[in-house]
Amino acid sequence: MHHFIDRRANPKGKSLGNRQRFLKRARESIKERVDKSVKEKSIKDGGGVPAEGEKVTIPTRGLKEPRFHHSSKGGRRRHVLPGNKEFIVGDTLKRPQGGAGEGGKQASEDGEGADEFSFTLTRDEYLEILFDGLELPDLVEKATVETETIGTRRAGLTTAGTPNNLNLVRTMRNSLGRRIALQRPSVRSIAELKEQIAELEALTERTEAQDKILEELLHRMEVLERKRRVVGYIDPLDLRYDTHVPEKIRNSRAVVFCLMDVSGSMQEREKDLAKRFFMLLHLFLARSYEHTELVFVRHTHHAQEVDEETFFYARETGGTIVSTALDKMKEIIDERYPPDEWNIYGAQASDGENFGNDSARCKALLLEDLLPVCQYYAYVEIVDENAEMLLSNPEAGEDLWQNYRQVKAQASHFEMQRVSQPAHIYPIFREFFLPKAKGAQNAGG
Amino acid sequence: MQAADTVAEPLFTGPEWTFELLETARDAIEDIALNDLGLDVYPNQIEIISAEQMLDAYSCVGLPLMYQHWSFGKHFARDETLYRTGRQGLAYEIVINSNPCISYNMEENTMAMQTLVMAHAAFGHNHFFKNNYLFQQWTDAAGIHDYLAFAKNYIAACEERYGLTAVEEILDAAHALQSQGVFRYGRPPKPTSEELAAMQKVREGYESGQSVLDLWTDATMGQDKLEEIRDEPFSARRKLMNLPQENLLYFLEKHSPVLEPWQCEILRIVRMLAQYLYPQKQTKVMNEGCATFVHYYIINKLFEQGRLTEGAYMEMMHSHTNVVLQPEYDDPRYSGMNPYALGFAMMQDIRRICEAPTDEDREWFPDFAGDPDWRRVMRDAWANYRDESFIQQFLSPHLIRKFKLFTLADDADQSHLLVSQIHNRQGYRSVRRDLAHSYDLAYLEPDIQVTDANLKGDRELKLTHTVRDGIHLSEENKDEVLKHLRRLWGYDVSLEAVDAGT
Repeated sequence: MHHFIDRRANPKGKSLGNRQRFLKRARESIKERVDKSVKEKSIKDGGGVPAEGEKVTIPTRGLKEPRFHHSSKGGRRRHVLPGNKEFIVGDTLKRPQGGAGEGGKQASEDGEGADEFSFTLTRDEYLEILFDGLELPDLVEKATVETETIGTRRAGLTTAGTPNNLNLVRTMRNSLGRRIALQRPSVRSIAELKEQIAELEALTERTEAQDKILEELLHRMEVLERKRRVVGYIDPLDLRYDTHVPEKIRNSRAVVFCLMDVSGSMQEREKDLAKRFFMLLHLFLARSYEHTELVFVRHTHHAQEVDEETFFYARETGGTIVSTALDKMKEIIDERYPPDEWNIYGAQASDGENFGNDSARCKALLLEDLLPVCQYYAYVEIVDENAEMLLSNPEAGEDLWQNYRQVKAQASHFEMQRVSQPAHIYPIFREFFLPKAKGAQNAGG
Repeated sequence: MQAADTVAEPLFTGPEWTFELLETARDAIEDIALNDLGLDVYPNQIEIISAEQMLDAYSCVGLPLMYQHWSFGKHFARDETLYRTGRQGLAYEIVINSNPCISYNMEENTMAMQTLVMAHAAFGHNHFFKNNYLFQQWTDAAGIHDYLAFAKNYIAACEERYGLTAVEEILDAAHALQSQGVFRYGRPPKPTSEELAAMQKVREGYESGQSVLDLWTDATMGQDKLEEIRDEPFSARRKLMNLPQENLLYFLEKHSPVLEPWQCEILRIVRMLAQYLYPQKQTKVMNEGCATFVHYYIINKLFEQGRLTEGAYMEMMHSHTNVVLQPEYDDPRYSGMNPYALGFAMMQDIRRICEAPTDEDREWFPDFAGDPDWRRVMRDAWANYRDESFIQQFLSPHLIRKFKLFTLADDADQSHLLVSQIHNRQGYRSVRRDLAHSYDLAYLEPDIQVTDANLKGDRELKLTHTVRDGIHLSEENKDEVLKHLRRLWGYDVSLEAVDAGT
């Protein structure tokens, strides 16, 4: 007795539960590594996480499976080895470092010998750990007014319906089956019969026998024609119609506005920091929404919408008027992103320099026009690498910073932070998106 | 070798396999296995699986069903990464000691490899599992599936009731003591009547769909015995608790003052599986030797009969040669004796000694040198030995010379290693004894036993490590294991090293 079983169609992922338990256990270590890898990641590679997952190497601490083992050193042992070439009894050899022969093998069999443990996180696992504990501000509130459209979904076949929903294939299949079952005379058999009758009728003189045949043929013809009338080519019984049921389709869409100052003061370092921030924001939102769009707006003393490439890699010179970017954002929202359909996010990066009294205008634009339609707005100021004073004292700052501080005082979904190096990005990003205390909801303005 | 001029058609011609071809090849293999070699096998259940599923099977020690634990996930994550980055291939097959005998073949294999794998696993390993005395006495091939299913459900139910962390803590601790969770020498004490009743309840619970967990927690799993033991003097304690006890998991399961019944049951599950797998650890050389010999014999036979194309035969031989490669000690690829190489060579050698014995063979193996029925001699060997005793009985001077074996003595008191024996007349017996010794698990694994636990006094659990040949426990990990042990016992645990000589 024997049999073959094809198990390939069985669900794989039998170890999924084990894997989740493992990830849970190693979570702290993995998180450390994931955070580190984001900081080090070059955005030129596309900025995101590779689709095939992210390789991480974590220390084995906490992942050890300790066992009692014999020490590989000391004592008296005998090892039998193959391949003796010139040894004779009594020869001596220098003791190799780290114990003879198979000494260390048993320990490393389990990955215990190594201090580090490497494996690959899937993209989802990576992102989940990356954004662990973060949540979208106001996501729940917005979700209740989430735009819904009514669509339809196919829901099988019915026997009644309107002609435009007729399912021709199913109908014809039924018809054919019925015709075969009820033996509907075919066109060809009738044609043959007709031919024979015509042949006989064409004769000027018929014998008695021929008359008899003709009569018979005519009778058969009559039977066939009656049968064709009774067994129709298509009977109402054959008809099948497609049906559709209405369905609510939830549109969860988000647009992220990336606003950046690209005037001369924004060097590679500053842009790189901004990039990391935008990248994280996009990854984060893409995970929460089915569909996210990015809008890149750069500005000097005037603002323009550009593609990602230009946004990050081209450089302009000129003065700086920050409000032009905010104006541009407002304009684009009005044109393309009705707030009742889109979740709108603003992210702005700047070195804090602004022209004259433009900062007051920025404040007004934010409070009156942008914040009321935004889910969230984050401002990142990129300061000098050694600007310890600015980093430690949120009260100090230039005109733009001061005005934005006033905005923050009035709107809880507006956040601002300063950064000076890549390592700052992720922590402040987390701070932006940490669950906020309830009640501190939308703008006061 | 030249294919005989027979009318037989090749079983298959291309690399692609189909179920029809597998069926045909299996029938041809079975004919040779049963009617020529005289093998006796469990019914075969051959399952075709994908690479992904092979990885799954790998990480759960090759068992078809396993309870969930993070360490299996860890192994999966590591194996998967190694495999995806091309640094490690997958085994062509996994075979399970069960009735019916389940073997996994990978879909990626060519038809030639599937044929080789079937001969190797579905007949070679299968015969060994069914006939070797260790498997017969210590494992329940018919019951293992039910037991695994019970274990998986039981642990899942515990997780639901007591939480993942509580279960994980017990499993971690039990796994740390797995190697000390087997009976090496004697059978375990028979279950008490209360235990039998409790087990019976579990079975009924399954059938009536009740919660298994409730039945176990209500069961009287040896909890009452504690009271009796409490006031006994040392000698009586030792008797009541079966001391000294080499099976630490068994001891904890029966006598730990702090473990709940469900925790004891988890220890029992880990212990049962360790015991089930123990014969495989003891027979690696023989088991692989048997399977490799069987596949080698069968594919050569098929080729002689004209039922394999030259291409298929070459592919199989190429794979076979890789498997039985034994690098020499100074080769960078050397990592100990290859069980496939040693096992296969010994099987071939037994056949040679039967068919064409030399005077030396007659002197060394008077019982079977020149025996006309080499098949029976080999089947007897497969049935009645484990690696250590097999090598001690069957390793011939001929093979010692062929492998150019030598013994290196490593005495920590000496500054140098000493070549103590080589492959010459004076050395054969010692080399053979030394090699056999190195397959004795009782010697390879630390001998740690429970020697006392005074439940009336400080409740300290006293363990003794018997030190042989001056080899102590590795300090690395030792404290971690002791911590786990303390958790299971609930009170202090001490580990004393005692030299075997004293």
